[in-house]
Amino acid sequence: MSSLEKNSFIKSIQFYVPSLILLFSVFNEFDLNYLNIEYFSFNFVYILIFYWTLKNPLHLSYGIIFLSGLVNDVVIGIPIGLSSFCYLLICTVTAYLRNITLSPNFINDWITLLFTLLLVNSVEVIFLDLIFSIHVDYTKFFVNTGFTFLFYPIFLIIFNNFEKKIRIRKND
Amino acid sequence: MAESRDDFVIAVRSAFLKKANKQKFSLLTLLILSLIIIFLGSFNFKVIQYTKLGINELVYRFTYIASIPENYFKKYYFKISEHLYLYDKFKENQIILKNLKEKKLSNDYLILENKKLRKLINETIQSEDIYAKVLADNESPYLKSIILNKGSKDNVKMGMAIVDQSYLVGKIIEVNYTNSRALLLSDLNSKIPVLLEPYDMQAVLSGTGQIYGVIEYTKEDYRYSMDGDVIVYTSGQGGLFKPGLPVGKLIKDNGNRSLINFFSDFKQLDYVKIVSYEIGVNK
Repeated sequence: MSSLEKNSFIKSIQFYVPSLILLFSVFNEFDLNYLNIEYFSFNFVYILIFYWTLKNPLHLSYGIIFLSGLVNDVVIGIPIGLSSFCYLLICTVTAYLRNITLSPNFINDWITLLFTLLLVNSVEVIFLDLIFSIHVDYTKFFVNTGFTFLFYPIFLIIFNNFEKKIRIRKND
Repeated sequence: MAESRDDFVIAVRSAFLKKANKQKFSLLTLLILSLIIIFLGSFNFKVIQYTKLGINELVYRFTYIASIPENYFKKYYFKISEHLYLYDKFKENQIILKNLKEKKLSNDYLILENKKLRKLINETIQSEDIYAKVLADNESPYLKSIILNKGSKDNVKMGMAIVDQSYLVGKIIEVNYTNSRALLLSDLNSKIPVLLEPYDMQAVLSGTGQIYGVIEYTKEDYRYSMDGDVIVYTSGQGGLFKPGLPVGKLIKDNGNRSLINFFSDFKQLDYVKIVSYEIGVNK
């Protein structure tokens, strides 16, 4: 009986792992900037939201995404609501992609990610630079977009493996 | 044609309005809510400001806790790097120490002379230091800032200077009750009045978003005639910073720009001083 309870507890924890990783990422703002690589940065949160809202939106609710956006704004120090808007834009693209796709294809997803990143970063630049008059480095945005795009397949493999684990346990 | 447009409309409508399983809010609702928050925030709407202050108090503490594993990793990364370059660093430090000992004697004399001269014109500089711990350093690609564990309850005010040992690193841009945020000198939005010594030239130091700063608003002919070691100090113009705080050193002229290498390493800030000062007249 107790092993069954323990098992269901682990299952429920596993179910919320993507949400927990998202919250931890926005609180921590893990960025590897201390490695002193001048033109290197990637946005792990974008990859996380894109993957889970595309593949399995049950694990990452829009409410949590909205809340993490608010937290991210406070942690980074940009106008409140901006990250939430950007994260939800990613969700919009993935929801649309899910609706029009019958058989998922990695290349399609990857190219859509590039389009999404360009869209989201453009929206962010427009808000920061033109509306709030906060100067931003355009080169860094491009570098960030590039590395986030390039790192997607690596995280895709990791998340795919994890997703399989959750799915198998759910069917047990 | 009409059929494909219908499909597109259905897919978009479904993406925006349909609440999937376990989703409590539709995307459209949350998107509109975000936009409302952004726009009310841009007009400094009081409810948004107070909400932000409340979130700040909570989030900054959690950020500190969530950053502990990364901070450990960072600490050991720097430790290992330091060990690898120990011998080279030792040799370099020996030379620096020798030079410093020589300079100290003349500096002691200058300090005494400075005090005497200030006394003659009845001027005093009173400064107050508040020691603060860096809760989190958020050098994101967009903003370079640090979060400190001192806020309005410790008399921290907007615009106060942040000093690492004796080097200027930034200024306070946001004050909450128990914590505050400081904008680093390396941020693109940072601009401070400085003095280039020994040329006694007033200028503005701007952040670049990189690890160095640039000198702006100096006369072209001065810019090209600067040779030797040029040290950048705060000028005290505008009454924001205490004059004479060391900032960095001019490293090279890259085309039209004069690059400044900051004395302090912003990636390794642990404890800093929040400095306020007042120039007064002796009565």
